[in-house]
Amino acid sequence: MTLLMPKPEPAIMSRRNELIARLGAMLPRESLIVDDVARRAYECDAFTMYRALPLVVTLPESVEQVRAIMALAAEMNVKLVPRGAGTSLSGGSMPLEDGILLGMSKFNRILEIDYENRCARVQPGVQNLAISKAVEAQGFYYAPDPSSQIACSIGGNVAENAGGVHCLKYGLTTNNILGLDVVLMGGDLIRLGGKHLDSEGYDLIGLMTGSEGLLGVVTEVTVRLLQKPPVARGLLLGFASVAAGARCVGAIIARGVIPAGLEMMDKATIHAVERFQPCGYPLDAAALVIVELDGPQAEVDHLVGVVQDIAREEGATTIRASTSEAERLQFWAGRKNAFPAVSCIAPDYLCMDGTIPRARLPEALAGMDRLAKEQGLGVANVFHAGDGNLHPLILYDASKEGDVERAEKLGFDILRLCVSLGGVLTGEHGVGVEKRDLMGEMFTDVDLAQQMRLKCAFDPEGRLNPGKVFPTLHRCAELGMMHVSGGKMPFPDLPRF
Amino acid sequence: MQSACATLEIRDEADAVDAICAAKAKGDCCAIVGGGSKSGLGRYAPQAQALSTAALTGVTLYEPNELVLSARGGVPLSEIEALLDRHGQQLAFEPMDYGPLFGAEAGCATIGGVISVNAAGPRRINAGAARDHLLGFRCVTGRGELVKSGGRVMKNVTGYDLSKLVCGSYGTLALLTELTLKVLPKPQTECTLLAIGADEAESLALLRRATATPCEPSSLAMLPAGAALALDADAAAIRLEGPAISVTARRDELVARLASGGLRFETLDEYDSKTLWRGLRDAAPVAAKVGQIWRISVAPSEGFTVVEHIRAGAPVLAHFYDWAGGLIWLCLETAPDAYAAVVRSAVDASGGHATLIRASEETRATVDIFHPQPAALAALTRRVKESFDPAHILERGRMRAEF
Ligand SMILES: Cc1cc2nc3c(=O)[nH]c(=O)nc-3n(C[C@H](O)[C@H](O)[C@H](O)COP(=O)(O)OP(=O)(O)OC[C@H]3O[C@@H](n4cnc5c(N)ncnc54)[C@H](O)[C@@H]3O)c2cc1C
Ligand SMILES: Cc1cc2nc3c(=O)[nH]c(=O)nc-3n(C[C@H](O)[C@H](O)[C@H](O)COP(=O)(O)OP(=O)(O)OC[C@H]3O[C@@H](n4cnc5c(N)ncnc54)[C@H](O)[C@@H]3O)c2cc1C
Repeated sequence: MTLLMPKPEPAIMSRRNELIARLGAMLPRESLIVDDVARRAYECDAFTMYRALPLVVTLPESVEQVRAIMALAAEMNVKLVPRGAGTSLSGGSMPLEDGILLGMSKFNRILEIDYENRCARVQPGVQNLAISKAVEAQGFYYAPDPSSQIACSIGGNVAENAGGVHCLKYGLTTNNILGLDVVLMGGDLIRLGGKHLDSEGYDLIGLMTGSEGLLGVVTEVTVRLLQKPPVARGLLLGFASVAAGARCVGAIIARGVIPAGLEMMDKATIHAVERFQPCGYPLDAAALVIVELDGPQAEVDHLVGVVQDIAREEGATTIRASTSEAERLQFWAGRKNAFPAVSCIAPDYLCMDGTIPRARLPEALAGMDRLAKEQGLGVANVFHAGDGNLHPLILYDASKEGDVERAEKLGFDILRLCVSLGGVLTGEHGVGVEKRDLMGEMFTDVDLAQQMRLKCAFDPEGRLNPGKVFPTLHRCAELGMMHVSGGKMPFPDLPRF
Repeated sequence: MQSACATLEIRDEADAVDAICAAKAKGDCCAIVGGGSKSGLGRYAPQAQALSTAALTGVTLYEPNELVLSARGGVPLSEIEALLDRHGQQLAFEPMDYGPLFGAEAGCATIGGVISVNAAGPRRINAGAARDHLLGFRCVTGRGELVKSGGRVMKNVTGYDLSKLVCGSYGTLALLTELTLKVLPKPQTECTLLAIGADEAESLALLRRATATPCEPSSLAMLPAGAALALDADAAAIRLEGPAISVTARRDELVARLASGGLRFETLDEYDSKTLWRGLRDAAPVAAKVGQIWRISVAPSEGFTVVEHIRAGAPVLAHFYDWAGGLIWLCLETAPDAYAAVVRSAVDASGGHATLIRASEETRATVDIFHPQPAALAALTRRVKESFDPAHILERGRMRAEF
């Protein structure tokens, strides 16, 4: 499958020297990367299937520099791609050959920790985990915990609305952000929210969160801090079938228990994990459910009892509850190693990310099995069962003729299956370039046009991260947003695809 | 209702498309009326016609095990709450009933109205506002186009999160025809710990200390003497919710952590606790007074300073704090300008937002209801509005004079 990106514009490519000279005048030498070898480090993000060499890479250190770069890009008609840590799995920060890559990695300071108001002001390049580390001595933490949290940046988390194991109980990024500073294309700085809740006016913080770098560049984030729960206990539940495991997950939630984490893995994954680094998972189980309960001691002990009862009623073949922190961590060890473990049973894998209504889990897994057989490939499953967010790992061998294409086809088919079951194309990794051409599976042209009009309200000329999220690139004028002045349209030769 | 303008019944999406397209063709503006209870809200801006959602009824999906419910925009909130209650579930954001605040009946809000004002009750600090519970919706925009966004699953980052945008948009972007919400189990029980004997500033500091314990309070309010409960002293009120065994243990731990000389503790049982927080949710301590009402959101540690500033420049008839000090409800003596300059300058010094909730039509025609925005943000806000409603058909002038 070949990905259609906007064709590099010769008019811009030919002005590269001028662009570099003007950027050079506003940035320190080490913040401007122009040579081929150094630029290559930015060729792609964690979605490595597609690559492009950025026209130039800038690594600004101050908001003023970001504003100046964005104003210059607007003036010279150059596209711009924001980038955090580059861990996006959907190609959101993949560069453009005729675009500036705006790396935010130097914005790595925690500006203020305000325990009284339970929040922190941080720069966008700060790593997710660094926030929790900075406040843990005082008994606080930042709740959203993507598996990539030792690497990914909070700015990237905002752009992708990242989630993690904890989000069933504590919400996604969008539920944990109080304020944002955003620089718009053209250089205007706007401040949204602050340390208070729910500013009146349109909820642009909510809109920015999950907008995949298409609306503005985040230069500061105010995050909420939570008090660390006093205790956490884990349960390991084995089941003879995936359907039984799925029923148990539903029953736990139906009984009013919202665990801090509720994860599931299938037989293929259990076996891969045990071979990679044994941690005592039951090899006879067809499905393994890991439940974590956190909170005050009395409540957690009580709920552990409730969940054990439910598991018994649902016919669990293994029921173990942790009695020490070491044991709890051991329950998780296999889950945390699942991705590397799976890479030991297949040379390559593709990690998909769709969400389905929880009750449709058995159908979804059976459907995936069928689709995988059609392509002659294997699928291993480890996922956030509590919120129906699936991460099927499609196993393939890139050195085998046709395997890459088959894997991609299977991935698309699986996402279509998710949508047909009432689910969505992406639960946490974003649309990016990966799922861009599937947007029509979920949305009508009218739905998409409305979303694109919003994009135009922020970025009328479509210079910020174009080619991502939306399957066709419309001119804002066609969407009825832009006034055409003097009969001339901006970007007259912008390719459409 | 703002004078007697023509009312059109919207029974389904096709009706909404027709009505909005017809209004667009004529250049007329439309109010969207749910329960109609809150027409006293927002800027005073008479509309040419009203689109009533009263006939837009029906819960279209409810799967208790999946914690999800869909309903048409005109379904009364009371109907949804009764249905959820039968399954031990609730809308965790505690939508308030401001009917009485506007001298109307209680209980006539619709789910579309609740979402459009981004309702949030005392549990906001832990459980979020309406914005945190809307998973997806269908609507007819000011362009007269039928648009959907989001879905019915908890985790979804497919495209822009328009659900956040329509929450708190006061009907200015689109008429919401169907909403899909995340619902949550009701806590098994609750109680409220009252700490009595500290003054206003100390009580607020106490609330902030309580939020920094692992006792997981779900709501924290500061009640000046006489504000509620027939209490004749300032009190800090802390709500604990959950399994009974946990509620008791956490209450005991809170007392141990907060105890100090001069403080007296009392516990309200489940019934009294529910009554107290329902009253605070509906802003009862200020709603009952005759005067103009402001609602102010600030960083919790700034709450007291803001009120002190306002007290220095305007006659405060009643006030209380929710959200651990971050939400201030104030009733001021009536004045043509609603003391807007005093209130806004107090809030601006601390960073936050002030909304004029109750005032006469004359005042609401001249004083900004919502907090003024800096130029770049105001321009962006207008472009966002126009992306949905370029001709300013829906709720023209209700939020801002310029659209
Ligand atoms: C092993 C692994 C595990 C992962 N697990 C999870 C998981 O559990 N949950 C989850 O949600 N994700 C997960 N991810 C995906 C990824 O880590 C997240 O999407 C993360 O939020 C990306 O952050 P980043 O800093 O790396 O952003 P990047 O990859 O650099 O950028 C991502 C997007 O954000 C935009 N962007 C970055 N910074 C800014 C800014 N300052 N302003 C505006 N836009 C900006 C970019 O343009 C791009 O569109 C995982 C990835 C890997 C590799
Ligand atoms: C200034 C002010 C601020 C308020 N703030 C809050 C608050 O923060 N939290 C809170 O819980 N309550 C708030 N309220 C009260 C709130 O309006 C009611 O609690 C209730 O939500 C209104 O329901 P209703 O059906 O009677 O709506 P109505 O009074 O009929 O309408 C209320 C608003 O919602 C819009 N609306 C109604 N139905 C739809 C629909 N289907 N699609 C699109 N738009 C629709 C209307 O255009 C109008 O702007 C506020 C009231 C005022 C006056």
